[in-house]
Formats: sequence, structure tokens, C-alpha cells
Amino acid sequence: MIEFRMPSLGADMEAGTLVQWLKKPGDGVKRGDIIAVVDTDKGAIEIEVYTEGVLDRTAVQVGEKVPVGTVLAFIRGAAEPAQAPTPADRRISPAARKAAEELRVDLSQVEGTGPGGSVTRADVERAAPGGPAPAAPSAADRTAGMRAAIAAAMARSKREIPHLYLATTIDMSRPLAWLAAENERRSVSERLLPLALLLKVIAHAVGEVPDVNGYWIDSAFRPGPAVHIGCAIALRDGGLVAPALHDVDRKDLDTVMRELRDLIVRARAGTLRSSELSDSTMTVTNLGDLGVETAFGIIYPPQVALVGLGRVVKRPWVFDGRVEPRPVMTVSVSADHRAVDGRQAGLFLGAIERWVLRPEAV
Amino acid sequence: MTRAELEAAVLHALGEVAPEVDAASLGRDVPLRDQVDLDSFDYLNFMAALHKTTGVDVPESDYPKLATLGGAVDYLARKIAAASG
Repeated sequence: MIEFRMPSLGADMEAGTLVQWLKKPGDGVKRGDIIAVVDTDKGAIEIEVYTEGVLDRTAVQVGEKVPVGTVLAFIRGAAEPAQAPTPADRRISPAARKAAEELRVDLSQVEGTGPGGSVTRADVERAAPGGPAPAAPSAADRTAGMRAAIAAAMARSKREIPHLYLATTIDMSRPLAWLAAENERRSVSERLLPLALLLKVIAHAVGEVPDVNGYWIDSAFRPGPAVHIGCAIALRDGGLVAPALHDVDRKDLDTVMRELRDLIVRARAGTLRSSELSDSTMTVTNLGDLGVETAFGIIYPPQVALVGLGRVVKRPWVFDGRVEPRPVMTVSVSADHRAVDGRQAGLFLGAIERWVLRPEAV
Repeated sequence: MTRAELEAAVLHALGEVAPEVDAASLGRDVPLRDQVDLDSFDYLNFMAALHKTTGVDVPESDYPKLATLGGAVDYLARKIAAASG
């Protein structure tokens, strides 16, 4: 029997409130299935399961707030016998059965409070979707909670991580001309944003310098299992989240653009998935849209690097022996000096510059 | 579409990407990005929403012509007139 626990959706999460079970006892589950919805400071997050089997029983009721690591449910192998009492094993009053039918309540999910654990009509009514539900946090509460979570993570980062910062300025004429030509032949819904190209560029650079992609855990560097880039996304009512865009190195540019759009929409709607909040192996923050020329970010622990993207600005630039106005952008890297030395961070920035100058190869 | 309908379409598209926007307070000749919190992703979605409601597919090179509310209405009116004439 596998214990399915409240996941940690980032270094800043301490607890979550179960909002809804999307699977019921007896349902088969496989890796990647969304099993429940949990409310956190980052919004309502869809929780995925990382094992295969059958949901045996749930251990937390809708509305309960539990710490990270609490057992939410038990999942058994397909061949294992069920251990939870089924509705047929329990005493259920006829009134409760009738109410369950009327209110479309799954009796296997109802906790019995009658004599000997029998299920009463009141139990069913409490479990009904329209029944008593936990009060949703107000926007102000959520914003305050998110600020507290960001404060905890950033304070921990600055307290524990010896940051090193490097930056380089890159001539963007070539990639911008390439993007303009690409977008000229695309309809508006298929157009590419520079950020999508830059995410692919960063993924290629990680392939050359993998030391920046991973975690510092228990006094050692643990390489990331893949290239999952966290994208810092500002929310319209304040705060930010940095959900992961998975396997950026393995996806083509159009897929990265499509998934980036989807990620931003869902981040702002508060419907992210648990893997998106826990899987990032590094983070990218793009403040160029705000007019910022150079962004030196704070690393999100336990990651070891963060890339900052600035605004594209026209500057005098020496090109082919002449000084001429060229669009340039400053790219920075903040790195955890326990895991990454200046040499590796410099090599990483160099790789970014090489790849960004070859957009057609990206 | 009349100019009033086009202005309503622009405001509707803007409201889709920036729900907090107060249409009544928007200056017609002030750059939208100075009045509304729009990043490049929002702006692309704004163009997509305009395409959906007006049928006009604005090429990227013409984005600067839609920098203000008034400019956007003028641009769309010209494009629609050219397409129908």
C-alpha cells in the first residue's frame, strides 16, 4: 500500500486545504492523473499522482487544512485486495441511501457518524457538493498568504545561498529579425514571443553547462532530472508564481510557445498542477516588459541558478568595425556559489549568447 | 462595423486580457501600455482577441499603429474599409 501525501509545492509551502477529491475509492490511477484539488497560497492546485494502482481510501476530508507530508490517501497495487470498508460493508440507513441518490453523493466517500460508524442522512447531506463547504479565502487573504510565502522563500534564499551574479549584453539584431520574419508569415494565434525563443536558447545552454540545472540538497549538488524551467509570472492582483515548463530541451519552439501561453493563462486563473510547482530545475525571470534593463534575481531554493532577462534597447554597438545603433539585451545569471563557480556561470552565459545568435538552429 | 462598435470591440478585447481595466478612464490618445498593465504576452492576446471580434489579423509590424485606443479604432476602420471596398 502506498501512502499518497500532501506534496510540497515549493520551498515556501507549509500546508494546503483539500478542496475536492477527483478520484474515489476503487478508481484506477496512473502516473500523471489528477487526483485532488488543494488550495494553497498560489491558488487552487491540481494534485497529480506519481504511481499506478487503485485508490484504496482517502484519509483527509474536503475542507481540512493539513501540513505538507500528511497522508491524503492510500493507493494499492492493482493486484492487492481492498482494505477500506466498502459501502456494502457498512451500515447505511435507508434515508441516507435515498439522500445519496438524490444528492449524487458517493457513499464510499462519506464518513459515518451514527452508531457503530453507520452512515446517516445528516452525514450524506454534509458530504453533498452543495453542503457546508469551507469558506474560500478572500483575495486579500490570498495575497497576504502569498506575500508571506514569498518572504519566507526569499529570506531563506538570501540567508542560505551565497549568490554570485554575472551578466552579458547580447546583440539581438539577428534573433529579432528572424522572429519578425517568422511572425510575418504566421497568423496572430501562432506567433512567437521572444521569451519562447529565449527559453529554448536557455535549454540548449543548459545542455552544454548542466551544472546550473539542479538542486543544492544536503550539502551536495543534485543534477536536475530534466530541463524544467520555472517561469516567473506576475499575477494581476499582486504576487507571483514560477511554474515549470517541462522538458523545454525536448520540445520544439512552437510547442514551447503554446505551453507557455497555457501556463501563463492557468497561473493567472489559479489552476496550476502540482508538478508545475514542484519540478522546476532552474528559473527564468523576464522583467524586460517593465522597462528593466538588467535583472539580478534571487534564486528559488533549492535550485542553484536563475536567469534574468532585461529589456531590448537600442545602443551604439561596434559591428563589422563600425559603430551603429543595434538592439541589445542584457542577460544575467544568479548562481549558488556552493554549487556553481564563476567559470561555469560564465560558460553558461557564453552558451546562451552563442545559441541566441543562431535562432534558426534553436 | 461603426466606429462606436469598433471602439467597443477594442475595449472588450482589452477587458479580456486585463479585466481590471476601467474603460471609462482610458484616454483615447494616450499609449495603452501607459494606462494598462500589459506585458508582451497580454499584448499578443489582445491582438488575438481583436482578430476574433473584428476579423482583422494585425501583422506584427503594424503593432505600433495600435498603441492608443484612438489609433486602434482608426487602424481597424481603415482595414475593414479596405477589405470591403
